[in-house]
Amino acid sequence: MSVSTNPSARGRKATAAPARRVRRLSGRDKVVLGLMVGVPTLIQLVLVWIPTLMSVGLSFTRWNGLELTDIKPAGGDNYQFVAQDYPPFWPAVQHNVLWLAFLAFVATPLGLLLAVLLDQNIRGTRIYQSVFFAPVMLSLALIGIIWQLFYNRDSGFLNFLLGTAGTPQAVDWFGDSSVNIWAALFAATWRHAGYVMILYLAGLKGVDPTLREAAQIDGANAVQTFFQVIFPAMRPVNIIIIVITVIESLRAFDIVYVINRGTNGLELISALVIQNLVGEGQVIGIGSALAVILLVISLIPITFYLSRAFGKDKEA
Amino acid sequence: MSIAHPTDAAAAGTPADAGQPSSGAGRTGPRPGRPANNKQGKRHYGTHVFLIVMAAIWLVPLGWAVFTALRPKADTDKYGYFSTGGAFNFDNFTQAWTQGGFSQLFWNSVLITVPSVFLILFFASMMAFAVSRVSWKFNITLLIMFTAGNLLPPQVLAAPLFEMFKHFELPYAISDSGNLLNTYISVIAVDTAFQIGFVTFVLSNYMKALSPELTEAALVDGAGVWRQYWDIILPLCRPALAAMGTLEVIFIYNDYFWPLLFIQSGDRLPVTTAINNLQGQFLSNYNLIAAGAMITAIPALVVYLLLQRHFVAGLTLGSSKG
Repeated sequence: MSVSTNPSARGRKATAAPARRVRRLSGRDKVVLGLMVGVPTLIQLVLVWIPTLMSVGLSFTRWNGLELTDIKPAGGDNYQFVAQDYPPFWPAVQHNVLWLAFLAFVATPLGLLLAVLLDQNIRGTRIYQSVFFAPVMLSLALIGIIWQLFYNRDSGFLNFLLGTAGTPQAVDWFGDSSVNIWAALFAATWRHAGYVMILYLAGLKGVDPTLREAAQIDGANAVQTFFQVIFPAMRPVNIIIIVITVIESLRAFDIVYVINRGTNGLELISALVIQNLVGEGQVIGIGSALAVILLVISLIPITFYLSRAFGKDKEA
Repeated sequence: MSIAHPTDAAAAGTPADAGQPSSGAGRTGPRPGRPANNKQGKRHYGTHVFLIVMAAIWLVPLGWAVFTALRPKADTDKYGYFSTGGAFNFDNFTQAWTQGGFSQLFWNSVLITVPSVFLILFFASMMAFAVSRVSWKFNITLLIMFTAGNLLPPQVLAAPLFEMFKHFELPYAISDSGNLLNTYISVIAVDTAFQIGFVTFVLSNYMKALSPELTEAALVDGAGVWRQYWDIILPLCRPALAAMGTLEVIFIYNDYFWPLLFIQSGDRLPVTTAINNLQGQFLSNYNLIAAGAMITAIPALVVYLLLQRHFVAGLTLGSSKG
């Protein structure tokens, strides 16, 4: 916890140009700064990073979650069990991949399309924006309930629209394991597309308007202008959207847990972690192994994002 | 979009910009600098048709929930769910409110959300000040650690946190579980820790964009670090703090997972987590479930109507959050 007081060492190396200006720090200032940095850092370490490391540790043990003395080393057994003898694991992986693919190829492009359309000065753009954005304000748990009402076999609106309500052909959209993952994905899209839209609307406004004019003067049509000029110019936003899309698909949990706790066609890695931690027969080792698998996959988008967000700072 | 590149303070990240109503991001007002599209009219018919269809699709699930909630159960039983027969009133709402114990649930949400948001803003602004205004050997490392922490799936830390809290013994006078489980402290602490990273990142970008002369003058006057932070920088960050505060209120109000993990007593759950129990409580009375769901949505919709600008500014200021 050393506060650099040497003026020459300061400011050169890192981000903050303003720092150069801080010429002298009194002893009291150092204590104050130490606390300002130390307390949040301690909170972050104790409640985020140390538990993360403990997850890794626990994944190599066998434990029922009762007495700390019961923790027994298990080597890689938990991982072997998860990969070979735990039936819901591979379906969960598939569902996570499907979730990612659906968000990446359906929800995100839809949000982008809405943003591009609404970025034109069309009439009623504020109303449209409000409509598409409204689900972003709602919790994913609530979204699960709202769509449950919509998808219900006998009282849901969808079966009524399809004309199957009350007939044997009526589908229980969240209950039928052959379709419920798709039903859940539409519900997730309902929120994700609005989120992407709002970010891209901000991004589109940040694009230098002369770029568009120049492209049009060069004879590019609207589609060419967008894909060859505007879209690449929004690179920072694109990176955020990629990261959000990947992370959201790894974090997906609330919707499926509200529907049926992530079982019967709705298995996701995150839900399996929790199923192994709560309820009877806690198997902390298995749950932790699943958590570590989730962690390792998550580190890919996180690293990608951090290298983009902080890369420049480090070089400078 | 400052969050993508801390260096790219051009868009939403600059203090001057974020405070302006017109930059409330998503809202397109008349935009200076962009010539109005001359080819309006004909070309936009297709766009309108598409948007109207999409908007209708978007509104149907919500509309269906409101529709169901407004109809008495007896009338839906008599006329069917897909009819407009019978009365429309708020009886389901009052019944769901009392039967679901919503006043208690909302109070629980307040008890969790309010302290969490204040703690987050307090700690994150201190941290952001320290890493952005004072050069310090590890500040990039710390910022990376903070930002990365926020991006982890919460389930990754679930087991150790649960066990830590379970083995953290407290006198029964303080906690009837004898440990940190089933207390609001556990949820507040973890919500705070989890969100600090994100808010620190956003605020530090914002503070970096403030002119160094601001604290320079204070330094000449002999103001200490704390006064620079509290009296000079924080007041200037008001727009960013408002945006982050609004965003965090919604994030924490909407958080489903941490209370689910830590709180066992149904009557201590915040609204968002408790709606899970509605389905069991109201059995298959979908009218009541719909009313309960709509009640839960009200605070979010109120924030949406009143503070939309801050919320959107917050999202676009720091969109690393999923």
